[in-house]
Amino acid sequence: MQSFILPASPALAVLEAAAQARILVLDGAMGTQIQGLGLSEDDYTGHGSGGACRHHSDHPQKGNNDLLILTQPEAIEEIHFNYAMAGADIVETNTFSATTIAQADYALESAVDDLNTEGARIVRRALDRATAIDGKPRFVAGAVGPTNRTASISPDVNNPGYRAVTFDDLHKAYAQQIRGLIRGGADIILIETIFDTLNAKAAIFACLSAFAEQGKRLPVMISGTITDASGRTLSGQTPTAFWHSVRHAKPFTIGLNCALGASAMRPHLAELSIVAETYTCAYPNAGLPNAFGQYDEGPGETAAQIATFARDGLVNVVGGCCGTTPDHIRAIAEAVKGHKPREVRK
Amino acid sequence: MNRYLRLSGLEPFVLTPDIPFVNVGERTNVTGSAKFRKLITNRDYAAALDVARDQVENGAQVIDINMDEGLIDSKAAMVEFLNLVASEPDIARVPVMIDSSKWEVIEAGLKCVQGKPIVNSISLKEGEDQFRHHAGLCLAYGAAVVVMAFDETGQADTFQRKTEICARAYRILTEEIGFPPEDIIFDPNVFAVATGIEEHNNYGVDFIEATRWIRQNLPHCHISGGVSNLSFSFRGNEPVREAMHCVFLYHAIQAGMDMGIVNAGQLAVYDQIEAELREACEDVVLNRRDDATERMLEIAEKFRGGAREEKVRDLKWREWPVEKRLAHALVNGITEFIEEDTEVARQQAERPLHVIEGPLMAGMNVVGDLFGAGKMFLPQVVKSARVMKQAVAVLLPYMEEEKAAQGGSVRQAAGKVLMATVKGDVHDIGKNIVGVVLACNNYEIIDLGVMVPPQKILEVAKEQQVDVIGLSGLITPSLDEMVHLASEMEREGFNIPLLIGGATTSKVHTAVKIAPRYHKGQAIYVLDASRAVGVVSQLLSETQKDPYIASIQAEYVEVAERHERAELAKKRLPLEAARANAFKIDWTGYTPPAPGFTGPRVIEDWDLAEIARYIDWTPFFQTWELKGVYPRILEDEKQGEAARQLFADAQAMLQRIIAEQWFRPRAVVGFWPANAIGDDIRLYTGDDRAGTLAMLHTLRQQTTKRDGRPNVALSDFVAPEGTPDYVGGFVVTAGPEESEIAARYERANDDYGSIMVKALADRYAEAMAEMLHERVRKTLWGYGAAEAFQPHELIGEPYDGIRPAPGYPAQPDHTEKLTLFRLLDAEANTGVTLTESMAMWPGSSVSGLYIGHPSSYYFGVARVERDQVLDYAARKGMDLAEAERWLAPILNYTPDNGAKLAAE
Repeated sequence: MQSFILPASPALAVLEAAAQARILVLDGAMGTQIQGLGLSEDDYTGHGSGGACRHHSDHPQKGNNDLLILTQPEAIEEIHFNYAMAGADIVETNTFSATTIAQADYALESAVDDLNTEGARIVRRALDRATAIDGKPRFVAGAVGPTNRTASISPDVNNPGYRAVTFDDLHKAYAQQIRGLIRGGADIILIETIFDTLNAKAAIFACLSAFAEQGKRLPVMISGTITDASGRTLSGQTPTAFWHSVRHAKPFTIGLNCALGASAMRPHLAELSIVAETYTCAYPNAGLPNAFGQYDEGPGETAAQIATFARDGLVNVVGGCCGTTPDHIRAIAEAVKGHKPREVRK
Repeated sequence: MNRYLRLSGLEPFVLTPDIPFVNVGERTNVTGSAKFRKLITNRDYAAALDVARDQVENGAQVIDINMDEGLIDSKAAMVEFLNLVASEPDIARVPVMIDSSKWEVIEAGLKCVQGKPIVNSISLKEGEDQFRHHAGLCLAYGAAVVVMAFDETGQADTFQRKTEICARAYRILTEEIGFPPEDIIFDPNVFAVATGIEEHNNYGVDFIEATRWIRQNLPHCHISGGVSNLSFSFRGNEPVREAMHCVFLYHAIQAGMDMGIVNAGQLAVYDQIEAELREACEDVVLNRRDDATERMLEIAEKFRGGAREEKVRDLKWREWPVEKRLAHALVNGITEFIEEDTEVARQQAERPLHVIEGPLMAGMNVVGDLFGAGKMFLPQVVKSARVMKQAVAVLLPYMEEEKAAQGGSVRQAAGKVLMATVKGDVHDIGKNIVGVVLACNNYEIIDLGVMVPPQKILEVAKEQQVDVIGLSGLITPSLDEMVHLASEMEREGFNIPLLIGGATTSKVHTAVKIAPRYHKGQAIYVLDASRAVGVVSQLLSETQKDPYIASIQAEYVEVAERHERAELAKKRLPLEAARANAFKIDWTGYTPPAPGFTGPRVIEDWDLAEIARYIDWTPFFQTWELKGVYPRILEDEKQGEAARQLFADAQAMLQRIIAEQWFRPRAVVGFWPANAIGDDIRLYTGDDRAGTLAMLHTLRQQTTKRDGRPNVALSDFVAPEGTPDYVGGFVVTAGPEESEIAARYERANDDYGSIMVKALADRYAEAMAEMLHERVRKTLWGYGAAEAFQPHELIGEPYDGIRPAPGYPAQPDHTEKLTLFRLLDAEANTGVTLTESMAMWPGSSVSGLYIGHPSSYYFGVARVERDQVLDYAARKGMDLAEAERWLAPILNYTPDNGAKLAAE
């Protein structure tokens, strides 16, 4: 049973206070950092340098970045730590695909509980190390990805009414993930890279179920993605329609991530910042990938664009998505430092 | 932030105060529409969707969907219909109202909509606990809610009951559940009036007054109602029903009703209802007289007429030619006429296939263009593909027939396409959409899913004898997988086309990395789903395949070459490497001739008529934005006349310049013993080359060169120490008189004359430079004494040696003019001065160096790296920041202004 009158977790009050005082910083890309490690199949499964995974799968695991939480925990913790030291107030867990739906592609559904619990613990450890050095409080955001199925679009041409995944499937998978994240110590639930709002609504529903079980409400961050020139989500919604669809979650932030880089994101972010009566969050890619899939935009360039978001009062939380590095986050943190956070009209 | 009701479909809807009333379409309600009920019972969902679409086109801002019928599996029908609506962007753009008396139907519906819908309805009918439970779930699903004025004892009929129940529900919702009050819509029950039963007479008034009370006492909430109930007793008499609805709404809206379930296409206008009928309606609705019902019944028959026509959709496009109609239907996703239009097109075409390859493909290309331009979004593209499918279905039997007549048998599918997301990648949404679009066009899709190893792709491709393989991937490492698969296809002897798609893929990557690995077949980049059909149909067309592949190959060769050039252009060599690749002159076989004098010398014997012979007229025409080479431009078809007129005017002014001695040209020229010292040129005080007079600094190309070409600097053209060489310099000017004359024209409001004199003065300066250079070669330096070129031949620079100017491509640093001016004492000798930004004044002046070696040539330094700028600044004794400022246009890096930022 969902409830909207639960007490808020202590983190929310701290976050609210911080967000009123300044622009908060989120971390950057995991994928780019993991690619930089040059891991092999054996590294992914843990048969090489890391600890072997106790969950067995016959499928190849290279590319299953979430699995590294269990097989290469030190390396993952180091990435989180680097982001924390670069200036991130909020650091995301490496659990973008840690749902039974997404892990089904790797036949590792059985690992989902461990991935989320450990995923949150690793971030907590990294952040505690950083806080021990500089005393700054930091927050663990449990990352909830979109899965790779759409609840609003049929993959079967002969049957537009068909759905490869249902709200109930998503709700179940998300609830399991979110419980795991909370168990591991996540302060925030971050529902991100939303291309189909119905998927996100299932994640929100799952949050509310999990919060009711816990007897407390965690701050929720919601972030959509707009990937083509139409200025709509993949499932066809405008930014404002998207906000209306998720507003009931009373999220700590609403915003956008990934997609086509900061400059392409700007008009959509501006639209959200006008209509949303909550904090806004933007973490774009480091520009568009070049012809070879690499992100060329340097820390200074990304930071300069995000600085204009800050200058123009569009944002309360900023960070980076694909192609960004700790250097980008350092530059972004520096670039928004002098700017006032966007005022929220409640 | 204002507490407005905020809903959404694909687009937002906000109930602001300037919207007096929200029409909720009622035609997709099986209890309200016999037609819709029949369609749903017969599972004719296509026609049922048309009903929904008509409502939206007729202006419904929200559509009510109700499947409550005993013979229908309401829950399944609700899910099916909402899922279908989600695939129809022109319907899904508005929010839905999920309408059922069964909670399980409502909940099933809530799980299907991505927007923010309205639930219709919940109530206190089954007690507070159930009410709380349902309300909490509505909130968790993200829905606004209609609350019926209904409690444990029944439906509220009086003002008292209506207001009491609504107030109680409001308190529970807002205080116990945390429901936003702006998301609450009360339905205080519209009941039938004029039924002949006296207790019913005040129902209209009770509703209106309850509405007023609720809006005043329960902040932010809204009022809705099912209006058609009101006139239940006049079933069959549509004009009277419409009038009653209209009059009721007129009063209820004033009381605060802001939403209603009405047929948006059938609503009378209050002012246009005949007075007699309106009066009778008001009596009934407002319960103004005891005999209101009787009077209404009396006049009702008079107004019975045919049902009014619903607003007719705009069908003007039906008059267009069939090709345009097909394109319109594809772009707008209209299936209604597609079969008849396709049939018309088939009859006009020579072969049924031509309809697909012609108008249908053209229409899909428009869809692709609109999608690329952001004017269509993905669900619309998928819808277009479905229209295409219907059109193709019409043509298929004819294509089979054609094939059978030729003695063959046509395959059921247009072709087999194998699709897969490559190994290591799990992203398949885009791939699935491409699959949908292709399947719509009758291609058989074999989808191997995600993370497919290359061996599996190739095995299945062989086994199933597919016609095309399509690869998808989103993450960067997938690009390498695609390259690998292309090599494997080559190795295993495949020759079928390989399509490449996905977010990180690109035409350049395909052309540079994938296509070259697969010579036996062609790898082709497909931008997005909207392009897939065009690409595949051309690849599988007997007639179009070869020319199409040839055009792709030509394009990819060009793309790859352009890419290589661009990459080379971007790359800069380290300065040391560039120096190692300097232009090398063999000085052993060459003795630089010595000039007739060293040091500066003023040249005063200028003849304006003589200079005019050296004018290069082509740049003159460019000044006037006429592009072409003189003298051909005078005969140019388009510009000839203007050019001739301009030239005549110029000649006229030129005659006056010469006759009246408008300009007093001056020049200074000098020569100095010189040797190259690295990238600089040292000038000596005397022929003993002991004392240094000055250093001329030059910049070296750092671009990566191909085919053994050197990285040149001007110093490469001057002999190193050990071989006595010389360098010259000059400044010429047409004189300062030009600006005074131009000002005179301006004062006379003759801008044409003003520009003309300036343009001619510029030409004079350039001609002087050409003329002086000739004199230098022939006599002053004398190394070209044997030259015999006519003035107009000099334009092509057929002679030995160059005269590069500071600030131009071979030496982009304007500050080198300072050295040149000092050496020539140019200001005193010619009156030409340098401005703060190193421009020469008067403007009609030219300066430069003279370099004599026959191998010297003009070149562009192009962009340089920080290592050279550091070195150059040190050589010049300039600080780095200043050098970077002067060289800003040619820096291949962003100067580090970190220090500056920190200081701020």
